[in-house]
This record gives sequence, structure tokens and C-alpha cells, in this order.
Amino acid sequence: MSTAPDGRPVSTAPDGRPVSTAPDGRPVSTAPEGRPEGTERLRLRLRFTKQGKIRFTSHRDVARMWERALRRSRLPLAYSQGFVPHPLVSFGLALPTGCESLGEYLDVRLEPAALGETPLAELPATLSPLLPEGIEVTAAALVDEAEGSLQQEVASCDWELEVPGVPGEELAERVERLLAAPVLTVRRERKGRQTDDDIRPAVLAMSVTSPDGHLRAEVATHPRGVRPADLLAALGTVSVPGRACRTHQWIERDGARFEPLALSGHGPGAGAAQHARRAIPHVRDGDQPDPGGSPAGGVTPR
Amino acid sequence: MESLWPQIERLLPLVSKPARYIGGEQGAVYPEHGPGRVAWLLLYPDTYEIGLPNQGLQILYEILNERPDAVAERAYAPWVDMEAAMREAGVPLFSVEQHLPASVFDVLAFNLSAELVYTNVVNLIDLAGLPLHAADRAGADALVVAGGHCAFNPEPLADFVDAFVLGDGEEVVGEMNQVLVAWLGAAPPEERDRGALRRALARVEGVYVPALYEPVFEGGRLVATRPVGPGVPAVVTKRTVADLADWPHPVRPLVPLTEVVHDRLNVEVFRGCTRGCRFCQAGMITRPVRERPAEQVRAMVRRGLEWSGHDEVTLTSLSSADFSGIEDTVRDIVEDPAHGGQVSVSLPSLRVDAFTVGTAAEIQKVRRTGLTFAPEGGTWRMRTVINKLITEEDLYGAVDAAFSQGWRRVKLYFLIGLPTERDEDVSGIAELGARCVEIGRHHHPSVTVVASVGGFVPKAHTPFQWFGQDTVAELERKVSLLREEARRTRGLTVRWHDPAASVAEGLASRGDRRMGAVIERVWRAGGTFQEWFERFDLGLWLDALGAEGLSVEEICHRERGADEALPWDHISAGLHRDFLWGDWQDALARVSVEDCRWTPCYDCGACTGFGLEHVVASPVPPAGGSQGTGQDLTVGGRVPVRLVGRAS
Repeated sequence: MSTAPDGRPVSTAPDGRPVSTAPDGRPVSTAPEGRPEGTERLRLRLRFTKQGKIRFTSHRDVARMWERALRRSRLPLAYSQGFVPHPLVSFGLALPTGCESLGEYLDVRLEPAALGETPLAELPATLSPLLPEGIEVTAAALVDEAEGSLQQEVASCDWELEVPGVPGEELAERVERLLAAPVLTVRRERKGRQTDDDIRPAVLAMSVTSPDGHLRAEVATHPRGVRPADLLAALGTVSVPGRACRTHQWIERDGARFEPLALSGHGPGAGAAQHARRAIPHVRDGDQPDPGGSPAGGVTPR
Repeated sequence: MESLWPQIERLLPLVSKPARYIGGEQGAVYPEHGPGRVAWLLLYPDTYEIGLPNQGLQILYEILNERPDAVAERAYAPWVDMEAAMREAGVPLFSVEQHLPASVFDVLAFNLSAELVYTNVVNLIDLAGLPLHAADRAGADALVVAGGHCAFNPEPLADFVDAFVLGDGEEVVGEMNQVLVAWLGAAPPEERDRGALRRALARVEGVYVPALYEPVFEGGRLVATRPVGPGVPAVVTKRTVADLADWPHPVRPLVPLTEVVHDRLNVEVFRGCTRGCRFCQAGMITRPVRERPAEQVRAMVRRGLEWSGHDEVTLTSLSSADFSGIEDTVRDIVEDPAHGGQVSVSLPSLRVDAFTVGTAAEIQKVRRTGLTFAPEGGTWRMRTVINKLITEEDLYGAVDAAFSQGWRRVKLYFLIGLPTERDEDVSGIAELGARCVEIGRHHHPSVTVVASVGGFVPKAHTPFQWFGQDTVAELERKVSLLREEARRTRGLTVRWHDPAASVAEGLASRGDRRMGAVIERVWRAGGTFQEWFERFDLGLWLDALGAEGLSVEEICHRERGADEALPWDHISAGLHRDFLWGDWQDALARVSVEDCRWTPCYDCGACTGFGLEHVVASPVPPAGGSQGTGQDLTVGGRVPVRLVGRAS
């Protein structure tokens, strides 16, 4: 039994694949074994953004928003068996509170015949209005049950970071020093204890993207994730943290790199993936613009 | 109007739980402020996660925003780290919807649900940038109003609050708004006459303007509270909404983005309670009972679940199992195909009998870790004094049912420090808990019974308002006694509230207008969030009390006489003082009263004074035990051998 970034236990099936666990720790069966032919549950993967004011909510908060939105969507959610049935939803890498993202994912198990009436391509536009401002569903696709979980499969992710108060040239020097260092020890808190970790192996790439203090970094997710705060600490910046946005998550297989669900073109399920801009602001009643709604400076989806 | 969001946004990476400050709830509205519209800032003086679910605030939020001449936004008390960051950055109190500074609002309206938040009220007035004292505010300053249960002794906050609202707010809030529209429109800000506003508000039924009343002291003790000036009523009487069916609010309950307490749909099924528990202020001041029609309850549940996406609904009231036809209502909800069979219903404050537990087992899809009952007193003698007429038979039957239905943990609420309490009543709690463990073991080898014990604090407008509260030392002695007794039973756990906190609560509950200076001193000494265990400090209260020349003995621990002036004599919850005094004497004589929904009227005053009647759908008490009504009280203390297994 190991622990997911959000602190929930993740157990491993005999074949090495992680298995979702219910809050009470019992394993949740998502496997299709024992179900008659043609009644296998569907595994729906959704990609979404988290931007603006809502970045200050936690990973758990986002999970709750999704559970409510999925219930309102009337999609035929598959529920766990047992004393406390709950919808079978599994999330990918936790996004630290305060960070934005252009590429978050979740897998939802649906009862068969689920999508009979709702074309997959329309799902993003159907689901986005049920979610709060700042969370937008950008792609949906069915994923093969044989594939590993998001937590297991995602090997690295890209970040765009704002580093306020450090002039561009100095920032470039610091990045160079960081990349040249054989060891980067960062003190961080884990489970309430201070630990010293070497994060250097996890920093796969880093470069300054604009002279006003923005940089891009690619970090590995295994064996242990590296947070933007860790990168800033390693860069020696101690000021107020700037905005940070996770722009991509990457799966590596057979030397190729692709996103769990691409906005256009590549990756598994890409054929069905659909990018839909959100049409109607929901949730909010007024036409209030969200002053925190723009993505961090310099960050654009590529 | 300038949003403070850019400044606030910079502070949020530095504070705990930043989602408390971002708003964005489903159901939030973003009203356009403007001339002719009174801007209300509705405040809950505790953290966001405690305050957001508050139904009173959500109801007024909707009613005000539905009016063409009003706008309403909300604010909550920033936690200490955020407050420090705000003060350092010069950011004032702000609304969570549009992050507007408090200074753009015409009214700051506080919900007062608990006395220990009083220092937070003062802190929020200060964070809003207003003069602390009502007397120092000028024409352009916002009006500070407060309502909720604690407003029934308004005197401790009288220095800081311009007007208190007594009773149900649904109707009176509109009437106040009309007065404010006229007053705001009559003159430019600097020429507005606050005296005229006070007088106009005092003419609104249910509104108490403390500046128009003068407490009179003789020999250091209050002797009277007198109206000042002509046309000021001698007594201000609460407002009562006759029919809840007229107010199906909240229509679109707020669904927060972050975790809050009671994170589920809440639907109020009735208001008021006539069980007559003598310690319970809520039961006394909210009479009479007004049930919502069952059909409307079902409609509100269905609409609320569809709207929110919640999978759990709580039917709220002071005693929801007493709702007429509760079984049918909950079964309809659970079996409604619109909810896909995945909805669970919970009833707070379960009635203590086996029948109710059976219903709970049937409807509660999601089994919580335990079931909770509130016998309040450890012995039948004690329960007849406080008029919580739960017989031993009913209690053990309920516990037996709970364990047999699969629950492994039962929690029992008790009060200590009650009138006439003897040590055997305290140790009776342990004995009762031990029997419950024994009953549980018939069903399962390892069961837990938790006895949660609070120190009783007498409240205004109850039969116990004359009672001398136990001292901290006495409460601590009783807690030790109980722990000692409970230690013998494996599986019985005793939890208790800090006795020191009950003293501070007692000061704020029954203090007179002189408590204002004490509250201000506690606040100046840094004593905010006193209802939070880790922040509470009785030393601050005792120091402040000493500095003001007041004594805790005088305010809390002294029993009052029949003729003594009480700080809330000019405030009426509709209850006759004679009724309350008579009920107090009955308590001391162990004379019980039955639930007047199903028995003749005692003329407490709550119905007759308002020309109302109890609105109850059923003419007969609920089946399966009813805590007093129609029971043979002489056998209430008999321990059922059948359940406990051996004579004791």
C-alpha cells in the first residue's frame, strides 16, 4: 500500500496496476471480470483546466466539484458496491492548491449503454456549464480498461512559472546554476515532517521564457513529484510566490511522448477527443468578469 | 466600484485555506449596486466553513436580492493569518462575491448564533473601517444590525450595534429596507440624520434600537431598562412568520467550492418546538411550531438536489422526527426515481425511541460511524427537572435498536451543572453509558458509547434564566467524578467541553450593557475566535471583567430572585414572565409539562400573543413513544430488564 499525492492510499493489484480505493480503504472493483459480454463498464477520460480564482481550491475540493457535476449531468455513473456506494471516479496527479492548469485529467467509470444518447464530442460542452467558473472541460474520450491509471502512467509534466522580483538575466544565471548542480537539496514538509530531498534528478528541463521573469520547467513525477514551490526554493527565490501553471502532463511509451488526452491530433483516444470552448457562463448569475480569470502571464497552450 | 481582488489575490498564497476568501459558490449572485438600492453586507462572525451553511443568512440573502430596491453580498470572519495579512496590507473587510470593501455597503448585518463570537463581531466592525461604537457613527457610516437567537439578550452588544432584529427575519428585513431607502434618499451622506433613522427603525415591529433605551443601575445592579423619548415602545416583541409555506427559501441554496460543515442540502421542515425542555433557549424563543407542508418539503428536496448535485439531504428543525408524517416524507425522498436511488436522508436530533431508529436505519443509505441521541440528563430525576422526558425504557430501546441495525457506535449528549443536580445525577451518566455498552455487546463484541458532556449555561427567556450557573471548579469536579466512574467500563468514552468556556459564554449570555466594555477589552487583548478551543482564553475575560469592576459571581453564579430586573426585560419572545417563573418553580418541584402540540395550552404566550396557532398536520402525537406526551411518567425511571439483561 502506497500513498497518492493527495494522501489517499493507493493499493496495487497483482498485475501491478494501482486499484482505486474507497475512503474506507476497501478496494473498489473496476475490473470487467465476471460481467457478461457487452456489459463492460466504460472508462471515460476527461481533460479540464483550472484557472483564475478557483486555483485557490484544493485537489479534494475539485474532486467534490466533479462528483456533484457528474451527478447533475445524469451520466449513468458506475457506483462502488458495498456499505457506502460512491461513484467510481479517479483523478490524476494532484495539483497543488494555488496552481493553475491547462491539462488536468480524471477517469470516470460509466455503466454500459452510457453514451447512447450523448455523443462523446458533445460531452465537454455539456459538462463545462455544470462546473464552476475557471474549470472547463476541454476533451473527452473513452480509454481502454487495459491502460494503466493516470497516476501510474503520467511520467512528467510541464510548468510555466512566474518568478517575481528576479531580473531576467539573473534568473537565467540561476537556472544555469541549477541545471549544473549535481544535487539540489530542498527542505520540504511531508506528512507534517520536515525532510531534505534531492530534487535534481526530477528536473528534466528548465529555461527562461521571457525577460520579465517567466520560466518553463519539465519535471518527472516519479518516484515523487516536484512542486513549483520546490523549484522556486531551489532557485533561491524566497519572495511571494508568483503564478504557476501546469501546461501539460506526459505519458511515455516506447520512446514516444504523448498527453493522456490531446486537444488535437495525437495520443490514445485522440480520434474522439474534442476541444470545446465554453459557451455559456454557468454557476455565476451575473455577468461578472472574473478578475483572476486570465492565465498566468506568458502561458499559452501550445 | 473598485474590487479589492487584485490586493486580496496577492495575500492568498500566504494564508491557510485560501478558498475561504474566493466566493464563487453556485447560487452566489453578483448584484449591481446603485442609487435607490440599499446595499446589505450579510456577515457571519465566524470562519467561512462554519458560516456558509447558515440557513438564516442564505434565506435573507435571497429575499434581499429578489427586491428591486436592495442588493446583498456576504462576508465571513477572516482567520487570524488572513486578518494579519489584511491589516498589514491595508485591505479592509470585503464581500466574497465581488470583493468589494465593506465601506461601500449601507448595512452590515450580523447573524448571532452563538455568544462566544461577540469579540469577532467587534473585530469585523473594526476591519470594516467603521467607528466601533454606534454612538460615534455619523450619517455616512453604515448601519450595523444584528439578528439571530443571541439577539434575545442584546445588551452585551448594545454599544456596537445600531439595531437588533428579534425573531424570524423574512418579513422584517423588507420593512427595514423600506425605512433605509427613504432615509438614504432623503439627504446626501454627510447631512443624514442618524437620530431620525433610529426613531424610524424603532417603529418597525421587532426592531430594537438600543440607543433609545437606558439601563438604570442602583448599587451596582440593574434595576430597570427604560425607553428614552416619546413613541419608543417599552417592550420590543419578536417577529413570527405565520406560515413557512410562504417562504420556500433558500430556493437556490449556496453550494460552496470548498469543504464546509454540513456539506449537503438542508431543507427546513418546521420552525419552533414545544417539547418544553427547560434549558433550551431555541425551543422557547421560536415557538409556536410551524410545519412546512409535506408536499413543499418534497419539492424543495427534489429541486435542491437537482440544483446542487448533492447526494445527501438533511431535514432540519429543532426535532425533525416530530414532523407530521416524517416516515412518508423521507421514504418518498429516498424512493424518488428522480434521485436515482443514491440519495440519503439524515435527521438531526433523532427522537430517542426504537421506532425512530428503525426509520433512520431504513432511510440512511450512508451509514455514518454512529448514531447520536441527546438524553441530556443522567437520571430520570434529572430529566424530569429539565423536562427532557426520555424514559429509561425509550433510551435503552433506541440504543438496542441502533446496535441491532448494525451501528457500532452510539453517541450520547449530556449537560452537567443543571439545576438541583446531585453527584448521583452526574455518576448516573456513567451508569447509563455502561448499560448502553452492555446492550451493544449483545449484538457485537466491540461497541463504543461516547458520552459527550457540556457545562450548562443558563439563557435568557428560558425557565432557567434565574439559575446560578456552576463555577469552573464545580464543573471540573463533576467532570472528574464522571471520568472516574466511566473508567470502569471498557467501551465507554467521556468527552467534555472546556468548563472555562461555559463561564465566558455565561457572561455574554446573561450580562447587561456593561458587558460591552468587557467584550471590547477582550478584543483589544487579541481575543478573537473565542469559540475555537485553541484560541479561547478565560484569563482575557476575567482580566477585562476585573478592569471594569464587574464580577463573574454576580453575572454567572448568582441565582436571581423573582422580582429582580433582568437585562432583557424590555425584549419579548412572546413568553409570559409568569409562565417562565412558574415553569422554573415546577422544575425545582420536579413537575413535568407535556408537549402542548397535543395537550391543552399552558398559555406560555407564544401563540396567543401573535394570534397564531401551532401549524401541525397531525392531531395525534407521533407513534412509538413521544418523550412525555401521554406517557406514564411514574415509571419513566424503570430500567428494562429485558434489554439490559439483568436487574440493576
